[in-house]
Amino acid sequence: MFRITEAEFIAPGIKRFEIEAPRIARKQEAGQFVILRLYERGERIPITIERSNPIGGTISIVVQSAGKTTHLLNTLNAGDSILDIVGPLGKPSEIALFGNVVVVGGGVGVAMAYPTAAALKRTGNRVVSIIGARNKELVILEREMRHVSDELMITTDDGSYAGKGLVTDKLRQLLDNHTRIDRVLAVGPIPMMRAVAEMTRKDHIRTIVSLNPIMIDGTGMCGGCRVLVDGRSQFACVDGPEFDGHLVDFAVLTQRNSSYREAEHRSMEEFRQELEPSFAGSLADAGCTQGGRR
Amino acid sequence: MTAAAQPSLNPLRLRERIKLPRQHMPEQPADERARNFTEVNLGYSAELARREALRCLECEKPTCMDKCPVGVKVREFVRLIVAGDFLGAAAKIREDNVLPAITGRVCPQEDHCEGACKLCKKGESLGIGYLERFVADYEQRMGTISLPTVPPTGKRVAVVGSGPSGLTVAGDLVQKGHKVRVFEALHELGGVLVYGIPEFRLPKDIVREQIDQLQAMGVEFETDVVVGRTVTIDELMEEEHYDAVFIGTGAGSPLFMNIPGEHLNGVYSANEFLTRINLMKAYQFPKYDQPVVDLRGKDAAVIGGGNTALDAIRSALRLGARKAYVIYRRSEAEMPARAEEVRHARQEGIEFRMLTSPIEFLSDGKGWLGGLRCLRMQLGEPDASGRQRPVPIPGSEFDLPLSVAVIAIGTSANPVIQSTTTGLVTDTRGYIQADTLTQRTSRKGVFAGGDIVTGTATVILAMAAGRRSAKSIHEYLTTDQW
Repeated sequence: MFRITEAEFIAPGIKRFEIEAPRIARKQEAGQFVILRLYERGERIPITIERSNPIGGTISIVVQSAGKTTHLLNTLNAGDSILDIVGPLGKPSEIALFGNVVVVGGGVGVAMAYPTAAALKRTGNRVVSIIGARNKELVILEREMRHVSDELMITTDDGSYAGKGLVTDKLRQLLDNHTRIDRVLAVGPIPMMRAVAEMTRKDHIRTIVSLNPIMIDGTGMCGGCRVLVDGRSQFACVDGPEFDGHLVDFAVLTQRNSSYREAEHRSMEEFRQELEPSFAGSLADAGCTQGGRR
Repeated sequence: MTAAAQPSLNPLRLRERIKLPRQHMPEQPADERARNFTEVNLGYSAELARREALRCLECEKPTCMDKCPVGVKVREFVRLIVAGDFLGAAAKIREDNVLPAITGRVCPQEDHCEGACKLCKKGESLGIGYLERFVADYEQRMGTISLPTVPPTGKRVAVVGSGPSGLTVAGDLVQKGHKVRVFEALHELGGVLVYGIPEFRLPKDIVREQIDQLQAMGVEFETDVVVGRTVTIDELMEEEHYDAVFIGTGAGSPLFMNIPGEHLNGVYSANEFLTRINLMKAYQFPKYDQPVVDLRGKDAAVIGGGNTALDAIRSALRLGARKAYVIYRRSEAEMPARAEEVRHARQEGIEFRMLTSPIEFLSDGKGWLGGLRCLRMQLGEPDASGRQRPVPIPGSEFDLPLSVAVIAIGTSANPVIQSTTTGLVTDTRGYIQADTLTQRTSRKGVFAGGDIVTGTATVILAMAAGRRSAKSIHEYLTTDQW
């Protein structure tokens, strides 16, 4: 059992947890994730570690309500416990002095990009961050991202905060202005990562994406998280989750992440009807992220 | 231990024993069990067990015992069954095998004890596996396991992986007075016994009970620890001060075929398919949250001919598959699966497509599997394994309509531990190198056994490696000699 020490909503449907997990906290590096299971009949879901406190023995995760498990998770509070958390899993982000790095975070992907942005900044890179959300309320970790970025750009789809538009619009501007970019990290919904990778392809700017396929064990045992990278099968849990965005087959990723859409809907429907008749509308607002890592 | 062998109480002459037929294992009717996940074999009654035990010839030189990878004293425990001392029989097995309820169910006895049984010459071998299962279950039911207590040695051993090799090491070492802690990556203990082997062949309650017994014996378990990630072997030894480490992490990574279409939805590795069903209980979806593809009314195939392949396709059938095929590139004679599983599968209606090799997974046009393109094969010259090499028949291509395909062609070494442990030598394929007798690795104090050393094998061979490791670890801990 892993005890939750802090829990607070940082945006509608998005909750940040601090959890006692001393072994994981000691080992975690930027870019790694955990797999958790809430209760005996629960599924295993991967979630990126936002940060860790090795001395206090805690890790933080940011969770967006999407399916049944994330909804249930987001009903938990300080003092509650999570049955299983295993990690840190996946290869850590590659951190080195690259020069000028652009970090692009979309939606809850900002929480996954944050530790890598921080590590890149600590290493002496010039970090320009672009974070986006659908509206003002859903912009998360603005203060934290500003702290680890030399420059922070924010976009909202509806223009309710900062610039109206998409994160890729800002990236386009940087490219059009011939800003020197040595590396791009993109974390967010698949269409966003794909668009970023397409945008940087022509100029051969090394572009790293953090993939979120369906996953079970997270140790390389099942192969469920296989993604097609440069025509070869790679397991996101042990070979990734970060890959060269120019080599990733995003169509296959999207297609495989849809494998259980019907089952996920059924699970969610039954959960909604049986346990929480009240939040019928809240789902639509939450903005489903497909696939495994949420 | 008493040195004198149990005297024979068998009232029958040898000639009479040979004439007795092998007692059939009661099983669920095939048409019923093909739709449920309840255990196929129902187990001997005490009466059946005694009747079967009477068939034992009590050979002067018991070849059955020589052929047992862990050296179970078959003749002795069978004599105790004849004498009606079922608990004594269980204790006798336990001297060499800490997981009898498991091996009694999944061990390929025909390759070991039963294959060496002298009764084979005249008819069917003694049902040693069935008898082992009977006494283990009996002991379990009576709840009176007697274990010798030993003084603690003060030595601490970390066991990585709670599969058959790790559990054996833990059970053997704790009985020598060492403190043992087992680390498991998954949330459930048992390794392949819980994620791989289905309920209908090995009920999870049985595994649980065997693990509870080890716990009662003093073995400590910690789940949710991926050694190599959560903690490294170096840290276990240097910071957590374990005196020895045993690595029994299993074979690990599933092999894919590297043919077109492998990324289509509906194409699984056996590890994923079985993990969803067994560990995550997807067959009880939506009561359990993790789903597996809806197989009702769909055609499914497994590619491969081992026990894992049969486990996967029989699971698919139980989940409602309309047609269920085993696709294997060699002939039935070369199939590595246990004979009983092949028989059970056939009774349940699984279709065997032998000498068939897939060359492409075909799309249904919507991102899902629609069929499998195959070549027919014929057997040619023997290959390196000594088996006849399957050779494609030119122009024999055909398409098999399918919605779900499970790839069960084996595994390769998972590199997580090897890449995070200093001084651990692996072979060219990434398996950990360990001495075949002592199971010692290149790193002082670190031992390894099971599939992570040998590649894909069986539960009993992993347990045998566990036994050798435990013996060798004990020697190392008591003599301090490396």
